[in-house]
Amino acid sequence: MEMLVASAIGMLTAGGVYLILRLRAFPVILGLALLSYAVNVFIFASGRLATNMAPILQDGVESYTDPLPQALVLTAIVISFGMTAVLVMVSLGAYLERESDEINVPDPDRDLDEERNEAEAGQ
Amino acid sequence: MNHWIIAPVVLPALLAPLIGYIMRHDITLARAASVTGTLLFAGIAVGLAMLASLDGTAQVYRLGDWAAPFGIVLVLDRLSALMVLLTAILALIVLIHAIATEWDAKGRHFHALFQFQLMGIAGAFLTGDVFNLFVFFEILLIASYGLMIHGGGKERMQAGLQYVVLNLAGSTLFLFALGTLYASTGTLNMADLALRMSEMPLEDAAIVRVAAMLLMIVFAVKAALFPVQFWLPGTYSNAPAPVAALFAIMTKVGAYAILRVHTLIFGPGVPATEGMPESWLFAAAIVTIAIGALGVLGTRRLMPLIAFSVIGSMGTLMLAISAFSPQGTTAALYYLIHSTFAGAVLFLIADLVVTRRGGDKLTPQPPITENGLFAALFFAGAIAMAGMPPLSGFLGKLLVLDALRNPADIIWAWPAILAGSLVTIVGFARAGSVLFWKSTAMQPAAPTSDVEDDTPAPKPPNHPRAMALAPSFAALAILAGLAIFAGPVTTYVGQTSAQLFDRQGYVDAVLNSPLNAAPNTKVIKGHGDSYGDDDAHIEGHEDTGDRAADEPATEDGGH
Repeated sequence: MEMLVASAIGMLTAGGVYLILRLRAFPVILGLALLSYAVNVFIFASGRLATNMAPILQDGVESYTDPLPQALVLTAIVISFGMTAVLVMVSLGAYLERESDEINVPDPDRDLDEERNEAEAGQ
Repeated sequence: MNHWIIAPVVLPALLAPLIGYIMRHDITLARAASVTGTLLFAGIAVGLAMLASLDGTAQVYRLGDWAAPFGIVLVLDRLSALMVLLTAILALIVLIHAIATEWDAKGRHFHALFQFQLMGIAGAFLTGDVFNLFVFFEILLIASYGLMIHGGGKERMQAGLQYVVLNLAGSTLFLFALGTLYASTGTLNMADLALRMSEMPLEDAAIVRVAAMLLMIVFAVKAALFPVQFWLPGTYSNAPAPVAALFAIMTKVGAYAILRVHTLIFGPGVPATEGMPESWLFAAAIVTIAIGALGVLGTRRLMPLIAFSVIGSMGTLMLAISAFSPQGTTAALYYLIHSTFAGAVLFLIADLVVTRRGGDKLTPQPPITENGLFAALFFAGAIAMAGMPPLSGFLGKLLVLDALRNPADIIWAWPAILAGSLVTIVGFARAGSVLFWKSTAMQPAAPTSDVEDDTPAPKPPNHPRAMALAPSFAALAILAGLAIFAGPVTTYVGQTSAQLFDRQGYVDAVLNSPLNAAPNTKVIKGHGDSYGDDDAHIEGHEDTGDRAADEPATEDGGH
């Protein structure tokens, strides 16, 4: 089971990183979603993998699973869900403003260069 | 337990929804509420700073009164009190500027987002739990996303999108770091982590080192440290100017987190991470200073120029922090206060200049009205940022240089800081002379020809002039005050850094058990009903000044 979980985290992370490197809004949103799934499973696994064990103290139970990562992962899921919603709205806003879905900010000096080129061409 | 410790988090958290829902159609009401709230926030911050320096021990606020490693705690020590106070003063200045220049009316929900931003920043400074730190980071980030794209516009939405994506990736990295840390130590409470790290055997250290470096990368993204500083110029120069000024404290959140986590948890003397954060931080800070200085020299717009000078100042700050010594931290804290106000005041002055010029291009244009006044203001701000006397930047850099006199550091740190300052001075001097002097040589012509295409034509500002200028003057007065009262301020930050390096004291205050106590005390605490007993025993250690919380605790403890 460790192998399965570890490789799942690895594949999700690799896919997420690849999609983020596309630097276009839609793949990046998907990539960040994949990364957040990967990190959720990762946090869940940080309390050690245990099956069929109780998380809360009970009489007559000997072995327990760690309940804290489950609480942490719940917080992380809620936050990443909310953040993804914000990201979708911001990228939609940016797309509607510019008709382009590139992530990188264009060179701030480019219109200065254009102006200079125009001025030189004019002379 | 003093309930005022949580007030800087609760007050904006309650006020923001009120402003957002009830006052959303009435900007005057929202302004009044926001200013009142920020004034109260500042009052609480002053009270907390006095409380923190009252007896010099860290004060702990246990949420839900759960004992430390199990419940979440807020910790008020001198450092967190100082940072909250700094936030409060900066927030007041920025808020008044935003209202006076009517930035807050250019979009919706400015004041609600502003209060949420304050909540997140205050929480990040006060928390004593690393996962809670993550949560507060997310709160301050989600508010900053809204503030960043406030007012809209092509360039700003684009820069905002980049900012959001970058920080979401950073948050994911933060979670990976926390998962790694929890897997190897089994706790996320800062004091408990410090305890576990100091006892960690070297053969188990590899994973913890990974966690320490992942955390450092995450905080470095916030603090705009090389190699993750690239987002800052685009973000700050496209954000609304008052928001960019407020963001001056956001980079300091990253610096604070590095200072706190890598001093308390992975600090000097911890065998598992001995020397590793220091050496990486030192090298990164040197490169950051160089990038900042070259950026100031190379950019051809005013807003990116200031953004690059902020990067340079973060490099200097991080260089001082990377010493991880009480003296280095004293210098770092003094410089931190200075650079927060210096960066903010430059953005505020630039905002006034850019609205009057109609764009932030560094090209000669016909002079703006009251050219001399703004030239003087910009000059003062530039002096502060570049680190020339008589303002506090000079003393700050002097303290940093003095703290880095170790021969191994001196050959890199001194040339970096001194050459960086020189290049920054040249960059600012060039920008100022183009903006204000070359302009006077030009004929005052119709200014419409040079106006940027994508921004609306500048309207003559019709807001009261004194109100718009007051925040900039206030920030400059603070910088002058920092220089005049450098003695008392350095004494105060000296005590702050002494307390920061008293890791034992922090751990004692939070866990109420000395570092060397029998490890089985924690096992006893593990049983559900015994935490009341702990509280009874906590009372002995705590100072007075706590009325309401005493009673239930003693009742519990008395069974």
